[in-house]
Amino acid sequence: MWILIWQLAAMGLGHGGLFLATPLQTLGALAQLAPTAAFWQRIVFSALRIMAGFLLAAAGGLLLGAAGARWHWVRVFIDPAMQLIRAMPVASFVILALLWVRSANLSVIVSFTHVLPVVYAGVLGGIADTDPKLLEMAKVYRLPLTARLRYIWLPGIFPSFCESCIAAMGMCWKSGVSAEVIGLPDHSVGDALYRAKITLSTPDVFAWTLVIVLLSAALSAAAAALLRTAKTRLCGEVRV
Amino acid sequence: MSIVITDLCKSFGSTPVLQRFTWTVERPMVLMGRSGCGKTTLLRILLGLESADSGTVTGVETPAAVFQEDRLCPQLTAAANLTLTGHGLTPQDAERELRTLGFTDAELALPAARLSGGQKRRAALLRALLCRDAKTLLLDEPFTGMDAELVEDAVAATKRLAGERPTILVTHDRTAVDLLGWPVREV
Repeated sequence: MWILIWQLAAMGLGHGGLFLATPLQTLGALAQLAPTAAFWQRIVFSALRIMAGFLLAAAGGLLLGAAGARWHWVRVFIDPAMQLIRAMPVASFVILALLWVRSANLSVIVSFTHVLPVVYAGVLGGIADTDPKLLEMAKVYRLPLTARLRYIWLPGIFPSFCESCIAAMGMCWKSGVSAEVIGLPDHSVGDALYRAKITLSTPDVFAWTLVIVLLSAALSAAAAALLRTAKTRLCGEVRV
Repeated sequence: MSIVITDLCKSFGSTPVLQRFTWTVERPMVLMGRSGCGKTTLLRILLGLESADSGTVTGVETPAAVFQEDRLCPQLTAAANLTLTGHGLTPQDAERELRTLGFTDAELALPAARLSGGQKRRAALLRALLCRDAKTLLLDEPFTGMDAELVEDAVAATKRLAGERPTILVTHDRTAVDLLGWPVREV
């Protein structure tokens, strides 16, 4: 239905898809790009950097969230920085980051800074959601720290952590590619998107956008599946 | 070792719950009383989960407890919950005891979250009774949600597994008290 609406809207605007490429023009552009080595090189280049930023932020968010929940002063210290990062526009971040790192690594920094506050908040929320009655039970029965972590803390934290990771996966692609469009590192998806824009190649813009959406959705689904498996293995979860 | 409670006082705001409560528990005993008279508060103080306003408690060593709620790890099977807190309890022993309280093979394979209220209660009771290093048992309404036949089986398991350890069992269930045959302290 939406594809039909898209087709009709593009036909209505006319000008051969200059303002709005049709679904067929988009698929045609994608079919032309896909067999080239440069297309896959750009995807690998951007995906590696954006995913590196994501993974670093997920690990950092987990550690900072745990530290913030354990020690109040850590939270008081970190919270304002997280608020600031959340409020800062991508463009400001990119301009600052360009002073610190090469443009090739820009998307690592930008996706890291966009994912970190989301995961940090998710971990804090998960720790707050951990059942205090189970923690009392663990204290009474003298459970060792490893067992408390594995069977009580992790199952408590996981739902909120997973949710934040899946939401952050989409955000890191948006912010990472936006950074590339501003910083224009060679061989990146953002660079290709920018080149398509300046040459008024709207079908190419749509094709690259479609690629970003598909990559983001596929990696979100992969992250969700991976986290589900990790939860089952780590927390001793029984599936029936 | 006995549990010795001396002049224990506890209030919540201006409402006194325990007033100069004194009791020595050398073997399994039953504690009965109307709702809100401080039975659960007493057990929580003995477990170190609540502090008393005044008075002393001695002799509560490595306790095991049945709480008011079942407090099982929801993602684990009943047997895995028992071995988690069992301090050396084997899965085979845990499953054998669960079977004596009516657990079927299918129920043994379920995570605790999927068990009925009565099944969870039986698992919570066995968790306390089978905790290998527990020298004191504190059981708060362990037979809640069980039908008459199951109460009989649960009482038999409680008598067999508690042995002569200092035990405080809180209940409202007169039938269970009669079946247990343990001395009763009314508050």
